Amino acid sequence: MNRVLEPLRARPLLAFALLAALLAALPFLVGAGLGNSWVRVLDFALLYVLLAIGLNIVVGYAGLLDLGYIAFYALGAYLYAWLASPHFGLHLPFWAVLPIGAAFAGLFGVLLGAPTLRLRGDYLAIVTLGFGEIIRIFMNNLNAPFNLTNGPQGMNLIDPVKLGGLSFGKTLHFHGLTLPSTYLYYYLFLAFTLLAMFVALRLRDSRIGRAWAAIREDEIAAAAMGINTRDMKLLAFAMGATFGGLAGGLFAAFQGFISPESFTLWESILVLCMIVLGGMGNIPGVILGAVLLTVIPEALRYIGDLQRATLGHVVVDPSDLRMLLFGTALVAMMLFRPAGLLPSRQRKREFAAEDGVAAQEQSSLYDTKA
Amino acid sequence: MDIFLQQLVNGLVLGSIYALVALGYTMVYGILELINFAHGEVVMIGAMVALSVIGALMGAAPDLPGVMVVLAGILVAIPACMALAFGIEKIAYRPLRRAPRLAPLITAIGVSIILQNLAMLIWGRQYISFPPLLPRASFEFFGAHITLLQIVIVALALTIMAGLWLLVEKTRLGRAMRATAQSREVAQLMGVNVDRVISATFIIGAAIAAIAGVMVSAYYGLAHYYMGFMLGLKAFSAAVLGGIGNLFGAMLGGLLLGVIEALGAGYIGDLTGGFLGSHYQDVFAFFVLIGVLVFRPSGLLGERVANRA
Amino acid sequence: MTFHKFAISALSLALAFSLSGCGKTEDAGNVIKIGSVAPLTGPQTHIGKDNENGARLAVDEINAKGLMLGGRKVKLELLGEDDQAEPKAATIVAQKLVDAGVVAVIGHLNSGTTIPASRIYHDAGIPQISPSATAVAYTAQGYNTAWRVMANDAQQGKALGRFAVGKMGAKKIAIIDDRTAYGQGLADEFEKAATAAGGEIVAHEFTNDRATDFNAILTSIKGKSPDLVFFGGMDPQGGPMAKQLKRLGLNARLLGGDGMQNANFLKLAGADAEGVVASSPGLPIDSMPGGPDFRKRYEAKHGPIQLYAPYAYDAVNVLVDAMKRANSAVPAKVLAELPKTDLQGVSGPIKFDAKGDTTGGAVTLYEVKDGAWKVLETVK
Repeated sequence: MNRVLEPLRARPLLAFALLAALLAALPFLVGAGLGNSWVRVLDFALLYVLLAIGLNIVVGYAGLLDLGYIAFYALGAYLYAWLASPHFGLHLPFWAVLPIGAAFAGLFGVLLGAPTLRLRGDYLAIVTLGFGEIIRIFMNNLNAPFNLTNGPQGMNLIDPVKLGGLSFGKTLHFHGLTLPSTYLYYYLFLAFTLLAMFVALRLRDSRIGRAWAAIREDEIAAAAMGINTRDMKLLAFAMGATFGGLAGGLFAAFQGFISPESFTLWESILVLCMIVLGGMGNIPGVILGAVLLTVIPEALRYIGDLQRATLGHVVVDPSDLRMLLFGTALVAMMLFRPAGLLPSRQRKREFAAEDGVAAQEQSSLYDTKA
Repeated sequence: MDIFLQQLVNGLVLGSIYALVALGYTMVYGILELINFAHGEVVMIGAMVALSVIGALMGAAPDLPGVMVVLAGILVAIPACMALAFGIEKIAYRPLRRAPRLAPLITAIGVSIILQNLAMLIWGRQYISFPPLLPRASFEFFGAHITLLQIVIVALALTIMAGLWLLVEKTRLGRAMRATAQSREVAQLMGVNVDRVISATFIIGAAIAAIAGVMVSAYYGLAHYYMGFMLGLKAFSAAVLGGIGNLFGAMLGGLLLGVIEALGAGYIGDLTGGFLGSHYQDVFAFFVLIGVLVFRPSGLLGERVANRA
Repeated sequence: MTFHKFAISALSLALAFSLSGCGKTEDAGNVIKIGSVAPLTGPQTHIGKDNENGARLAVDEINAKGLMLGGRKVKLELLGEDDQAEPKAATIVAQKLVDAGVVAVIGHLNSGTTIPASRIYHDAGIPQISPSATAVAYTAQGYNTAWRVMANDAQQGKALGRFAVGKMGAKKIAIIDDRTAYGQGLADEFEKAATAAGGEIVAHEFTNDRATDFNAILTSIKGKSPDLVFFGGMDPQGGPMAKQLKRLGLNARLLGGDGMQNANFLKLAGADAEGVVASSPGLPIDSMPGGPDFRKRYEAKHGPIQLYAPYAYDAVNVLVDAMKRANSAVPAKVLAELPKTDLQGVSGPIKFDAKGDTTGGAVTLYEVKDGAWKVLETVK
């Protein structure tokens, strides 16, 4: 594979053209080769890419370990459901609902981020975990006294994305071309993912991104350099949450049904796994992580089918393996390749410098009681 | 009044369990500043191992008195958990002691997931019932029902707590632990074998976890591969509430959290006209945790420590 | 980051991904594909497999007898899929079945998977008959493709509420639900029916499907001195709840739904299970009109019946019955015939109301006596 791709390294433009063509053709390739259900897997993969890019801003850029990230996904999804479903009888168009949902989640990002500003590292992780659970528990219970979320029953019949006369929920026949709903959503999600990638990359290379990196490396030094650490941290939370809210809205429209069980702590940990596996702070790494961790469990399903076909029953349950695999991946990555599969250059340097400057820096982190 | 008293009893027993588990968190955090997410899972493994031993013994020697069988279960579970914790520390945490702070935390989450799923593969997904071996005697005390087991749990928690305090304050190992907690580098310079001290801390915490695991499963009559996670989170909250790194803090935090949960679930519903009721029971622990961290990061008994949180 | 480097790695990934699956075979004319979806991995594997086996038995029997549609002899083929009892996976396998060209789907097992999947079947215009999803919302979506052959939570909750007040003589009732879709749905319907029958709800408390400690809520309930406690939830909570109820000296009967009416509850509650009452939709298999005979045929092929196999079996027969009347397997024509269903199934007579629910949904109540579930009575 590498030798085939080698000539492309010299011609970035050609590589781009090929990539664009491939991304455009992907649902057709996958749909023809593996069936439409795999296009749906692709759609979910894109949603997770969006989530991972958002969480990466908080964890990868600013170094704030957020274990309750899925709460923002939930907020975006619920807001979409409130504004575009029979629940309140509102049916606003998606281009109005999505930004509102993203902003709503972003606002919560600030609200939940504000009390945690003084906390670092582990404490922050546990508090964000708490917030994530609190939001889920409220979603699960707010069907009384006023029916806001329909409680554990979930919210159903959420409007699909509609653009002009085109409903993304139905198969589109266009000049002999048949585009099933999953294909349409693929292109929609792809557009948002590319946008998110662009924003995330520009953010990283901006003044803000450098401020985040400074906070991640040493908050005290960053503050001493004149960085407003409070505003910058809040901005990281808000940006991350906005992406989460956007993904949540898309998820609600795509799935048509949401319930609190889609927003458990394990989803938060799954998204965290994605960025850890791929490479914290590095967008291509994060994307790789998200795609891998969405596709692998689906592929694992075939292990179950295969066992049923050959042995008649399931000996090794793939759903048992899935979580075990995630856990092992987390530990193994931290032990052997802490910078991820596709690390950012800077991270690589940091993690490589075991005994040098970095080690001294780290030791100062531990000696916090001095 | 009898209802209030009963709620207090409920809270104190639950709180004692939290406190036992919180001791493990607080010891490890005191020395390594690491939230050992897998500690709750060690509690679970303790319960599972003990239940396996109990099941085997009941099959092999059906005439043995129930208390003996349970004791045998505990006696096997303790070394099993100690070995497990030793392994976890050695394989998953020690290589990362110099890594950036996020690394060991992520590993800890990974270890927790691995242990849960291994337990699920070994012991299955079903809830396992704890056989009725212990005497079901119960007393009435001003209308509140108290069982023998409840008294045992509270007494055991207090005894272990006292023993641990003696260990930390009066023994050589305890002194080494305190020194390591203050500064690992300096302790090492003073001739303390830091690696061994850290291993010892994990092992002692695991022994207590094993006892806690058996207590929990005996009290509620069941064990399950998922039982450790929420318990661990609550216990960690308790440790933070009391002041992490402080043994008495863990005890106080555990008892307080237990009572807050019991009274919260029991009375909030009536006080708020049904708006906030027992469906928010798990939320109380998190609110307490967040409140403490935001307003008094050092906890109730912890000394104020710069940069800790 | 260098952009083109990324482009290249993405390219290689995408290539590998799209090349990895090839070679699909097309089936020729006379095979009619039916989907069957249930969790075949995970904690509910045995129940899921049971559903699939029930459907498979029906398909095998129909094929053995021979089925003629539109003057041609056709053969049914059952495609079994695994939804892992998870909503997201459910939509993916639903899509997979639609792609594979199934004309109908028997499934899914849980309400949480049946509802999101129903949208995909509705969009594809193919009938979906769930053997065991009981959430009211499933057939309340206005889809003409959504059907079920089992009493729903509302029917069960209603039966339980009436039974609690009418037969068990409960006057002051406390309710606990586990905040799952199932538990909350059942508890709410119970509350309505019990109130309508003249019972007084003195407390409504909540727990969750991971909890083991109910001391606080039970103590609070004790303060209101009810004579019956209803729990909407499953056996892992119901078992310890029965124990703690006794330990706290709460003098009230415990009543639950089908989530509690199983062997595991007896194990978890131990001696404290005695006297607990719980319901289960449908008739006990041996009281079903075709029950004993069905049991014999099923067990000869697939081993002991776990739970809902008769319903999956009936669902296939309802479907084929409609096909026969339509004299076609074309989904639209079958859908037009389904409302006219009037079939004597293994589980009882099956007729549908306007929404797609069974009208004859029976509910049976059981009581624990001497450590085993004993039938109390069946109510309609």
